[in-house]
Amino acid sequence: MTEPDHYKNTAAIQASLKKRYARETRFKWYGRLAVMTGFLFLFVLLADIIGKGLPAFTQHFISIDLTLDAATLGVSSTPDETELFAADFGAVIKRGLRDTFPEVSGRSEKRSLYRLVSAGAEYELRDRVIADPSLIGTSGPVWLMAHAEAGSYLKGQVDTQLPESDRRVKDNQVAWLDELRDQGRTESRFNTTFFTAGDSREPELAGIKAALYGSLFTLAVTFCLAFPIGVLAAVYLEEFAARNRLTDLIEININNLAAVPSIVFGLLGLAVFINFMDLPRSAPLVGGMVLSLMTLPTIIITSRAAIQAVSPSIREAALGVGASRLQTVFHHVLPVAMPGILTGSIIGMAQALGETAPLLMIGMVAFIMDVPGSVSDPSTVLPVQIFLWADSPERGFTEKTSAAIMVLMGFLIMMNAVAIYLRRRFESK
Amino acid sequence: MPTTTLVLVLATLAVAGFYLGRNRSLALASGAGGPQSLHSLPKHYGYMAAAWVALPALLLLLLWTGLESSLLNEMVLAQLPASVRQMGADELSLYFNQLLSYAHGAIDASGLDETQLAAAQYYTEAASRLAVLKTALVFLVGLGGGALALRKIAPAFRARNHVEGIITATLFACSFLAVLTTLGIVLSVLFQAVQFFQIIPLSDFLFGLEWSPQMAIRADQVGASGSFGFIPLLLGTLLISAVAMVIAVPVGLLSAIYLSEYASRRFRAVTKPVLEILAGVPTVVYGFFAALTVAPFIRDVGESIGLTVASESALAAGTVMGIMIIPFVMSLSDDIINAVPDSLREASLGMGATMNETIRKVLLPAALPGIVGGILLAVSRAIGETMIVVMAAGLSAKLTANPLEAVTTITVQIVTLLVGDQEFDSPKTLAAFALGLVLFFVTLLLNVVALYVVRRYREQYD
Repeated sequence: MTEPDHYKNTAAIQASLKKRYARETRFKWYGRLAVMTGFLFLFVLLADIIGKGLPAFTQHFISIDLTLDAATLGVSSTPDETELFAADFGAVIKRGLRDTFPEVSGRSEKRSLYRLVSAGAEYELRDRVIADPSLIGTSGPVWLMAHAEAGSYLKGQVDTQLPESDRRVKDNQVAWLDELRDQGRTESRFNTTFFTAGDSREPELAGIKAALYGSLFTLAVTFCLAFPIGVLAAVYLEEFAARNRLTDLIEININNLAAVPSIVFGLLGLAVFINFMDLPRSAPLVGGMVLSLMTLPTIIITSRAAIQAVSPSIREAALGVGASRLQTVFHHVLPVAMPGILTGSIIGMAQALGETAPLLMIGMVAFIMDVPGSVSDPSTVLPVQIFLWADSPERGFTEKTSAAIMVLMGFLIMMNAVAIYLRRRFESK
Repeated sequence: MPTTTLVLVLATLAVAGFYLGRNRSLALASGAGGPQSLHSLPKHYGYMAAAWVALPALLLLLLWTGLESSLLNEMVLAQLPASVRQMGADELSLYFNQLLSYAHGAIDASGLDETQLAAAQYYTEAASRLAVLKTALVFLVGLGGGALALRKIAPAFRARNHVEGIITATLFACSFLAVLTTLGIVLSVLFQAVQFFQIIPLSDFLFGLEWSPQMAIRADQVGASGSFGFIPLLLGTLLISAVAMVIAVPVGLLSAIYLSEYASRRFRAVTKPVLEILAGVPTVVYGFFAALTVAPFIRDVGESIGLTVASESALAAGTVMGIMIIPFVMSLSDDIINAVPDSLREASLGMGATMNETIRKVLLPAALPGIVGGILLAVSRAIGETMIVVMAAGLSAKLTANPLEAVTTITVQIVTLLVGDQEFDSPKTLAAFALGLVLFFVTLLLNVVALYVVRRYREQYD
């Protein structure tokens, strides 16, 4: 009797099993590896931003003995506010610095000594004296904001091993700063300037307040336009639209607009809102209009899904007791769908908050120092401010950029958390 | 009256209209047997009156605001003497802009000729006349509409149906805005692009191998005749997108497979949202990461093994773009793989195939069309991505397939051509719109094909 064929097959299969299982394990590992790669990218990205940005939340101050005498300030002994406003506080600070380091001589050395203190220190001192004019004639130690470069040395970011020509903080400045530090005359404080100032050419004076307000105004315009229009459009498409060519056209358009690159919306804004309608450039009004067109598809699509999810029994009950179709929708369907609609809208708003490219097209890339007061004032937004700072070569700005990114991401995480919370509550119902 | 005040006054009028309408309906009803004799609730009559005050007037205001500036410009242009109007297009627009800036108080009178001053004067007067006309017309329409509505009120009038008709029309208008937006995009881009192709022949743009959009400011300037060949930009865009796909497709696809076929429910519930954070990171953040961290890293690594790497290499921008697209590819493939019927899976496993054999020989072939569609959507996103490449890719157009060199992309050029103050009808600015047109149609084509493929695939298993 010959050995049956299926025994041979079984043997062959058994011989190959080991290989197949090894392959299985390997494949599983590829999958794990892919997931881990994703995690790794996310981790590196966040760690890089946070590592670079954290130092920006502190700021160094230097204590210098100043004599606020009227002669150096160039004012009378009992000056009024306008006189103080024009007074030469810079001279007082410079003299204080010279008195602290009497050995400094020569123009270039003095200039690098003056660079220890921020250019904004004299204005801060001025405001302090205007608030309290009795300071004139007194002398004593005053905390002054350090220059960005001096600050970065005090934060330990400067490698003194590098040759002097390769770094911005020079040897003599290093020596003075070391001396000040040894005397306990330097201090690290929480950086309030970052949250209370607009943009500036000096990294230590630059802040995100103007950009934050710009973002707020832009987002407000976006929400006021996109939310009502988006919800009403979704209501129409879900509840009233007849199945015809026109409805199909609208639906195809919405789906395509959702995938149009954002920069194309910027081109639309430039051509229609700015050149044709002559609306102001760089204004949150136009930015909000462009962003609302961009977020509309998101809001419409998610609102439709939320309206679709409302149980038909609610509609039928309302219609059954004699409500009109509009009353059914506005009194019964929409309130039930609202959490879902809000979730979608918040996600749309988060998208708008992080968007940069279309705003570059409509001129929101201006250098903005003042906090905008209305939707038609020139302003910039947080992502554009990040873009502008990222282009600056100074180290101080790299730090600011990362810090601004952290603030922006904080807002985005908050918005998404609210959206997720709403969705959870909605789903549990 | 400024537009905001006008809107506020209209709103007040509308509220007044509401009360007038409501009270009128009640007054009429009291003569005919009390409120029961009305067809609709009194408030519906009020809403009707308010809508008739506000809507026509607002529509007029919107239309007027949109057209006012072009109308004004036409009026002033028609006013200018024939000798001025015969100037070349560039010269005329400069001349015209000067007088406009003067009329707006942005520059002083020095450097302007008599005609310009007169025209500016005319402009200011015309503007104020138009503003008065606008206010008057808007009020007239608002009050007229209100009066008409009040006259129509009668106990038998079906006010609720009337108001609901108005609301339904508003709902339709809101959804029709999507069509208008597409139309606006196509028209605004096309209009400028056609102007561009009148200066630069279409064939030069489509087949030209050189891109250097510097136009001569004076006719006799040396070496500054711009060339607008679009091929290097296209190649640069494709190169960076290809790098992005090389990163995003394997990582995204394998992650999706692992998460949907192998991972435990809990692992999946934690992992998916975490990886989707990558999709929520603003693109400007990726740009910063690419320019300041990834690009120097790649350059240093390259130099340490003896390669010359540009500091704005396509590899850096592409890698980061790939990271951005990972969650996109992942969730699309996840949807597609989950749509494959379980019966296919079970049949294969039941025959004794291992999980990975099932995936490779059954699931993937079945899901392939859908996955291809998803990848096409991802490519379209990569092509349209702007901030990463603006911050991390180069500016000079180069014909190269080497990812270690710096290349430029369509979106980068649109941004560089349009940011900053430019004369609106110079070929440089118009070129940006021509590029925008190409970008719009390329991404549109990819999306339409991808959505078609995905839908066909879905229908197959539904």
